[in-house]
Order: sequence, then C-alpha cells, then structure tokens
Amino acid sequence: MAADVVERIQANPKFKKMVSTRNTYSIIMTIMMMVVYFGYILLIAFNKPFLAQKVSEGSVMSIGIPMGLGVLVFTIIITAIYVRKANTEFDALKDEVVREASK
Amino acid sequence: MIKLKHILAAVATLAAAGAVFAAGADLGQAQKQETNWTAIVMFAIFVGSTLMITKWAASKTKTAADFYTAGGGITGFQNGLAIAGDYMSAASFLGISGLVFGSGFDGLIFSIGWLVGWPVITFLMAERLRNLGKFTFADVAGYRFDAGPIRSFAATGSLVVVAFYLIAQMVGAGQLIKLLFGLEYTVAVVMVGAIMMIYVLFGGMTATTWVQIIKAVMLLTGATFMAFMVMLQFGFSPEAMFVKAVEVHSKHDAIMGPGALINDPVSAISVGMALMFGTAGLPHILMRFFTVPSAKEARKSVAWATTWIGYFYILTFIIGFGAITNLVPNPADYFVGGDITKGLKGGGNMAAVHLAKAVGGDLFMGFISAVAFATILAVVAGLTLSGASAVSHDLYASVWRHGNVDQATELRVSKMTTIALGILAVILGIVFEKQNVAFMVMLAFAVACSANFPVLFMSVLWKDCTTKGAVAGGTVGLIMSVALTVISPAVWEATLGNPKGSAMFPFASPAIFSMTSAFLVIWLVSLMDRGPQAQKERAAFPAQLIRSETGVGASGASGH
Repeated sequence: MAADVVERIQANPKFKKMVSTRNTYSIIMTIMMMVVYFGYILLIAFNKPFLAQKVSEGSVMSIGIPMGLGVLVFTIIITAIYVRKANTEFDALKDEVVREASK
Repeated sequence: MIKLKHILAAVATLAAAGAVFAAGADLGQAQKQETNWTAIVMFAIFVGSTLMITKWAASKTKTAADFYTAGGGITGFQNGLAIAGDYMSAASFLGISGLVFGSGFDGLIFSIGWLVGWPVITFLMAERLRNLGKFTFADVAGYRFDAGPIRSFAATGSLVVVAFYLIAQMVGAGQLIKLLFGLEYTVAVVMVGAIMMIYVLFGGMTATTWVQIIKAVMLLTGATFMAFMVMLQFGFSPEAMFVKAVEVHSKHDAIMGPGALINDPVSAISVGMALMFGTAGLPHILMRFFTVPSAKEARKSVAWATTWIGYFYILTFIIGFGAITNLVPNPADYFVGGDITKGLKGGGNMAAVHLAKAVGGDLFMGFISAVAFATILAVVAGLTLSGASAVSHDLYASVWRHGNVDQATELRVSKMTTIALGILAVILGIVFEKQNVAFMVMLAFAVACSANFPVLFMSVLWKDCTTKGAVAGGTVGLIMSVALTVISPAVWEATLGNPKGSAMFPFASPAIFSMTSAFLVIWLVSLMDRGPQAQKERAAFPAQLIRSETGVGASGASGH
C-alpha cells in the first residue's frame, strides 16, 4: 500500500476510534466467554451436588445438563453476535476510513 | 478418539473412576471385528468420488497460491464447513458419544471444551490472520519481524503440532479400521497415507477443502438422522429420554450429574486453557483463513464453523443417550456375550456405530462406519498440507532462499515435502502401533497454546513486541509444554510405565504454566530489546496495524 495512504489512515481519528471500539468488543466478549466456560468447569470441580440437583421436583433431568447445553449455545450465539456486528457496523466504519484515505 | 483417549488418560490418573472411562475409550485395545463389507463399499464410494474431485481440483492447482490456499477463492460458508470438517474428528464423534454412553453427563464436559476455542479465534484472530497472512501463520507472526528467526520458530512450532496430531490420527485410523471394517492395522495406515498424499499432491488446498466439506456434510447428516430417530422414540421430549436412560443404565441417576472427570481445579483450568487458546494456534486450522477472499468472509467462516461444530456436539450428546436407551435393553445384540457387564462389542467407542444399526439397519451402520473413517482422511490431509507449507514456504523459500525463489520451485518443494510427510506419517503410524499415544493430541494443543498462540497474539497486537522477544518466549513455551507433558502422569506413568505417583508434574496439562511463561518471556525480552533492529520493528507497527485492522494492502483472491 502507498505510504501516504498509511499516513492518512493513521492520522484519521475515525481509525483510532474504530480500532478501539472493535478491540473493546473483542476483549469484553473474550472475557465473557472465559467467565462462562471457566465458571462452568470450576463449578464442576467445586460443587458437583449443585449441578446434580433436579431441574424441578419429580423430574429426572439435572440442572447441569441445560446449563452445559447452555454453554454450547452461548458459545455459538456470542460468536454470531460478534461476526454480525463486525461485518456490518465495524466494516462500515472501516470502509469509511479507507475511502477517506484514498481520496 | 485419540484426543479423547488422551485427555481421558490424563484425567484418569486423578480419579479412580476416570480409569474406567479411559479403558472404555482406549482404541489401543481394539479387537479386530468381522469384515464389514457394507462399510467398505461405502468408504470406497467416498474415496472414489473424492478422487474425482481431486482430479478436477488438480486442473485448477497451478500456482503456489492455488496449492496452499485454493487461490483464496473459497466462500465463508464453504470454509466454515471445511473448518468443521477439519476439526470434527473421529474422536469427537465416537469418543464423546461413547463417553456419554458410559457416564452420561461427563461427556458434555468434553464437548464444551472442544468448542470454546472458536469464539477466541473469532474475536482476536480471524480477520487479522486474513489481513496479514498469505500462506502460513508465520506470514502473520513475522509480518514486521526478522524473517530468519521468526519463521524458523513458527515452522518448528507448526511441525511439532502437526507431528503429534498426525501420529495420533494415524494410530487412531489403524485401530478404527479393525473395529469398523474388520481389516488389518497396517492396511489402514498405508491406505490413509496413500489416499491423503493423492489428495494433497494433486489437488492441494482445493481438494483438501472439498474432502473436508463432503466429510462434514456426511457426518452432520448421519448424526442428525441418528439424533432425530432417537428423539422421535421419545416424542421429542428430552425428559422422557433421560427417564428411560436413568432407568436402564447401570449407574442410574449418577449419569445425570458430574462424575469423577474433574476433581482437581488446577488441571481443570489448565486443560481448559489448552483447549481454549490452543485452537487459535493449530496451524492446519489457521491456514484455512487464507483460503477466503476477505476479512468479512474469514469472520463468516468462523461463525459457520462454530455453529456446525456446536450443533454436532449437541447431537453427539443425544446420540450417547440414545445409545443407552436403545442398546442396554438388548444386550444379546450389542454386548459381549450378551452380558452388559462385559461391555459393548468392540468397546465403548462403538456406541454410536451400534446405535446406527439400531435406528437405521445394516446399511446405515455401514454409512456411519465409512463416515467415521473418512473423517480421519480429511483431518490428515489438512495436517499434511499445513506441515508441507511450513517447510516449503517458511523454511525453504523464506529462511533458506531469503525469498529469492520462483513459484514453480516452491511448489515443487511443497510437493516433495508432502510425499516425505506422507511416508513419515505411515512409518510413525506403524512404529507407534503398540504405544500409548493417548497424550499426543493434548500435547499438540498444549504446544499450540504455549508456543504458537502467544507469538501470534503479541506480534499482532502489541506494538513493542520484537523478533527476539517473540522467538525467546515462543521457544520457552514450546520447550516447557513438551517437557512438562513428558513428566506428567499421562506420559511418565501411563506411557513410559513408571510407577504410579512418580510423575514430577502432577497436572493433566502444562498450559497454565507454559502459556503464562511464554507471554511473560515475550514481554520481558521485548522490553529489554533495545537494538536498532528492535527499533525498526517497533516503527513498523503502525503500518502493520493499519493492514491488520482494515485489510488495506492484504493479498486478495487470485481470481478464480
């Protein structure tokens, strides 16, 4: 890429804003994923009876099962949310920055 | 299976009950079954059609870019399926459903562990990989660094991961063929090596991608059908399925709660870290991001991959419970000597295969067996391609020839490497036949998260990172993860046969120590690195940042 394009992108406050917004999202979402996953396995390590208790009186299913499936579904959904946001919002910001720089 | 087996073996040392699971998932003791012609014919059809695709792919594979990345012309959706095909192994399918069959809830813990690495790749790596890289992850890690040291390191990291993963897959293939087709171990190893070489040599990334896509579709279709048939039996009520499972299973209500799989919190966190961050350091997975034309498509790839893999793990959970409710009430058909206490015919990993027969008859069981075996081919092809690219693109073209090499020569070197790796894989597969390779996939993940991931992460995201820091930290992570694994119970006791309790490193995975050390060393050495080269590398960060965040200047699709 041309050196002046680099300079112009770098000088554009919108670029800094885009990078920091997107990084904030990435980091918060990574931390959320870590909390959910490590929380779940630590719960297994420290409190097995909690997970083994029944969802409701008289049922067979333990609450650990919907919770575990919940972690799987959470993983899929959080990924989808980020990709959607990045492919629309963040990409629009990015396109704007690139367009302004290559004028 | 192997993945599972070796985590299992590791965890087993911590819990007596774990040993039961480990034995259940131990393919090393696979007994040769009767020759299964339906499965062999189905598998032959799979191989035949994928070879046709390879022929077509060969006509499109002319340049190095075609060979390494299918010319960058794969769509996000296709790549998502291919990634899923690259990642969903026979271990995930047979091993996890077998574990659910044996102990219920605990199987779910594995499924979750194998999925949580994907968001990390999505949030931190996918688009940056696509924007900075061309053929290998060393392109990304070494974007602004001194090519010699960083590429030598990255290629070493790749090859170590590929080697361990490959051995595990080859040994798994040999054991699986005895179970599923009733053929000899060596037949399987040679066959897998030969077919994989044809895919990669002639069809490069295009053929590998389509083999992975077809395998993913077959596996997802087969698993969906099985789960559907199981749920149909219970009027789509999970509660009804669990009631029946608890009633017939010998452990009764215990299958509804966590068993003895996770007891030691340090091991739990360490294994968790290896799985979560190791996925973002697997060279054959990272390489897939260079096959799409843009960052947007790279993100779509991971979203699809995560969806398919997650969906698949939910299916394996249902399949495991379906196996309990369908197989246990009919011991004569599925258990050794018709006796439940003697275990399933062929071992605990056969739960899904027997269930396939129960819900879909012999023909469907043949299909599922063929799919399980085809799965290994797809994984092995991806591994070999990434190993070959590390040698030809990083070591040969960049380090040895300093980039002064024409495409045709580089392509020839990668093909020669493919042949060498294929032969090596067959030899290792045969050498390791009787060995306990249970630890190898977990070791691959430990190296990936302790060597490859920290270097990739810091070089892309931290402006002060330098070549010296990255190479020093990555090397520390690599050595520590291997050394600590060797003195951990899974290798020291279970593989090398030292007495129980003699392992110096008591935990199931080194990741918590080796990955942290790698980051620490990268940070420290980079800070102390004040030479002119370091200054130059820091000065190059803004340009790298712009390309990694915007894709301006990124290598595009080569126009297919």
